[in-house]
Amino acid sequence: MTTLLIRGAALLGDHVEDLRIRDGIIAARGALSPETDERVIDARGLIGLPGLVDLHTHLREPGGEASETVLTGTRAAAAGGFTTVHAMANTSPVADTAGIVEQVQRLGERHGYATVRPIGAVTLGLAGQQLAEIGAMARSTARVRVFSDDGHCVHDPLLMRRALEYVSTFDGVIAQHAQEPRLTEGAQMNEGVLSGELGLGGWPAVAEEAIIARDVLLAEHVGARLHVCHLSTAGSVDVVRWAKARGISVTAEVTPHHLLLTEELARGYDARFKVNPPLRRDDDVHALRAALADGTIDIIATDHAPHPTEAKECTWAEAAFGMVGLESALSVVQQAVVDTGMLTWGDIARVLSSAPAEIGRVAGYAHPLEIGSPANITLVDPSHAREWSTADLRGRSVNSPYLGRALPGRVVYTVYQGVVTVDDGALVEPEAVVAAHEEAARG
Amino acid sequence: MVARTVLHDADITRALRRIAHEVLESRRGDGRLVFLGIPTRGVTLAQRIQGIVDEIEPGVSSSGSLDITFYRDDLARTPTRSPAPTRIPREGIDDAIVVLVDDVLYSGRTIRAALDALVDHGRPRAVRLAVLIDRGHRELPIRADFVGKNLPSSTSERVSVHLTEIDGSDEVTIEP
Amino acid sequence: MKHLLSTRDLDRATAIGILDVAEDMAKTADREVRKLPALRGKTVVNLFFEDSTRTRLSFESAAKRLSADVITFSAKGSSVSKGESLKDTAQTLAAMGADAIVVRHHNSGAAHQLAHAGWVDAAIINAGDGTHEHPTQALLDAYTIRDRRFVDSARGRDLSGLRVTIVGDILHSRVARSNVWLLTTLGAEVHLVAPRTLLPHGVEHWPVAVHEHLDDALAAGPDAIMMLRIQSERMREAYFPSTHEFAREWGLTAERLALLGPDTMVMHPGPMNRGLEISSAAADSDRSTVLAQVTNGVSIRMAVLYLLVAGTSGIAESAGGAR
Repeated sequence: MTTLLIRGAALLGDHVEDLRIRDGIIAARGALSPETDERVIDARGLIGLPGLVDLHTHLREPGGEASETVLTGTRAAAAGGFTTVHAMANTSPVADTAGIVEQVQRLGERHGYATVRPIGAVTLGLAGQQLAEIGAMARSTARVRVFSDDGHCVHDPLLMRRALEYVSTFDGVIAQHAQEPRLTEGAQMNEGVLSGELGLGGWPAVAEEAIIARDVLLAEHVGARLHVCHLSTAGSVDVVRWAKARGISVTAEVTPHHLLLTEELARGYDARFKVNPPLRRDDDVHALRAALADGTIDIIATDHAPHPTEAKECTWAEAAFGMVGLESALSVVQQAVVDTGMLTWGDIARVLSSAPAEIGRVAGYAHPLEIGSPANITLVDPSHAREWSTADLRGRSVNSPYLGRALPGRVVYTVYQGVVTVDDGALVEPEAVVAAHEEAARG
Repeated sequence: MVARTVLHDADITRALRRIAHEVLESRRGDGRLVFLGIPTRGVTLAQRIQGIVDEIEPGVSSSGSLDITFYRDDLARTPTRSPAPTRIPREGIDDAIVVLVDDVLYSGRTIRAALDALVDHGRPRAVRLAVLIDRGHRELPIRADFVGKNLPSSTSERVSVHLTEIDGSDEVTIEP
Repeated sequence: MKHLLSTRDLDRATAIGILDVAEDMAKTADREVRKLPALRGKTVVNLFFEDSTRTRLSFESAAKRLSADVITFSAKGSSVSKGESLKDTAQTLAAMGADAIVVRHHNSGAAHQLAHAGWVDAAIINAGDGTHEHPTQALLDAYTIRDRRFVDSARGRDLSGLRVTIVGDILHSRVARSNVWLLTTLGAEVHLVAPRTLLPHGVEHWPVAVHEHLDDALAAGPDAIMMLRIQSERMREAYFPSTHEFAREWGLTAERLALLGPDTMVMHPGPMNRGLEISSAAADSDRSTVLAQVTNGVSIRMAVLYLLVAGTSGIAESAGGAR
């Protein structure tokens, strides 16, 4: 039986308390003295957070292993302080059957860096025509609760209505990628003055807002839960705020990059900044931050989207949409909303751990860092500052918009079910992680 | 060290007058004279000389300019230069006696470029060279036919030609 | 400035300098020997991903008239159609020793990328990238206007006091964009005319006057009216209902031609859709500068190639160069 003592961390950015982990559970909390044969982690100066939960990640496996696999993706997740990730369904083949989701979930389990919760497709093949076997996926060992056609919008209103109704039977939620396809044909970047000057097709804000407006009304009408992925505009914030005031059961997420970056970065035609939904205006960034602070936006989710180099090192129009973001998430969020005083670390624990876990119906995150909770812990050094580089990336792809940018904070330790996956800033090697899980299972 | 005047305005006037006479004398038969100045000050000198020639013998001469920027042998080695206008009289240079006019003859490279430029415009009967100052130190086998003043100089010295139309006064100076 | 990517990068003095050098280049067409040795020994590569015979030939002609060696690469039937990337194509050509690469691509930003991605070392000339810019077209348009209006006293002048009206599919036009920036830099008053569907979002922030009716713009008395080619495919994307309606509302019909002053220039970058955006009467009238634009295109491209490639400094900020 191994125990781990974490000493001196400021839990949730608040009081300094020690934590003892035994058998993968938080066994004690307070002012603790080291016991014999106990590993002690000196966490003075570090912030203690619950393990982070990402509701929106692309792990690319099966089919897209050139850019990421479940192994490399969960390693990147651990490096970013995440202990649970929801893997989006736009793999190849699409995760629209129990077989695929069970496979993905098992891979996550085998590698042991984080819990992988597969997201099931809403429609077969993401084609938007016919519902996928939502029930089968919900009942599978993967116990899917989040369903999304992300990458594509469920744009047919009748299909969206049916999907909302059907998933409620299985306590599921539809996570909508809000993008009216007809308004965004050939879209490359935010539609505005800049897109007109640069000669890049515009992605108008209304294409996102109109879908959200429709979907919240549908959700109200059929009494279902709705989750809106990657909110990107001030207008979308207004719609969600209105819907919540009406009592509609809607939750919303925002990505770290939409809290920090604007469309101005498109000026140099560097496709690292090409993403869907696109980077927007300064006003939108500020509206999103305020919405996160006042609870209109419930969670932060990374939308980690790895792509191979050749998919970004070409003309903008030919380039793929997406940015990697697991490793940088906490640093970007710290810069955007913590260091600016809008959110506390306690709020971060909510928007990056307990709230997404609740939406995804993931057990074990409801009582962050409380005695009896599973030992999923992230220790962050907020004072560390560095220039982000490819050396900070741990996944397979390097399409990060932050390369060369100064970012604060560093994940120093990540503990997943009592196993240390990031040890003093270094990712633990796969064999050691597997061995640690096996030992914990025996002990 | 201060610049020393080697030619005053009267000297310049005399020199140009003499050149005009010499050009006319050397012209055998009924050849048409075209004075082409090399920008910038060569153009002014060409106009002046042609003006004098036209006083003495009207109707046998015209003047213009020949920019040599595109023909320089150091184009690729120096910062980009913009050319000055090239103005060839309407009658052209075919079968004419072209007198190239420049203010200072030094290495001879400018004239070499001018000859190449000229050849692309036509085929003159003859090409002559008139300069106000010949300061020696030729790097190519080029010589002037008409010289205002021979001015031995060292390569470290700087010869400056000022003309009223451009600089406000007529003067040639040399400074160390 | 090592590259010519956009007319936004040109200040007034530099733009006038380019037009003046183009005047010298134009004169060589009247000489016995129509070539200049200025780019002898240099290699100019035409990298054309988008089909364009006229622009390609214009650049080829310009490069050859400067005694440069010309390599032309057009995408059809080439390695590019087999999937080779812009990066690999550019690097292959650079490895053959390109001093300048003239690039036309169907995607906006391609020229910028070639200039800044660090793949090649050559001077990059944008011959049209997507719907973004076509700087040499704007330069030849400005040159044409200046030359027609001021003739022998054009040298050193800008376009102050002139009113230029651009009509048509502004939204998708790189010619319009390059012209807006250049003409305003040169002091002209620019007017745009298009139905709302064909005006860029945010055009009210551009330094132009906008009209949705051509007749309003004509009433303002333009010195030059530039008609842009309209693609009939846009009809299927619901930008306008039919070519008939477009021609009626925004076409330079014979009736509208009659309303123009005797000195108003009728311009078109080509190729023209006779009967659609421009009537034959207008295209063939004595006010039409269409053919002059083509001739001037070679002179402008000679000037640009000379300024970028001949010396060591590219286009100096004020191309009234050293003497």
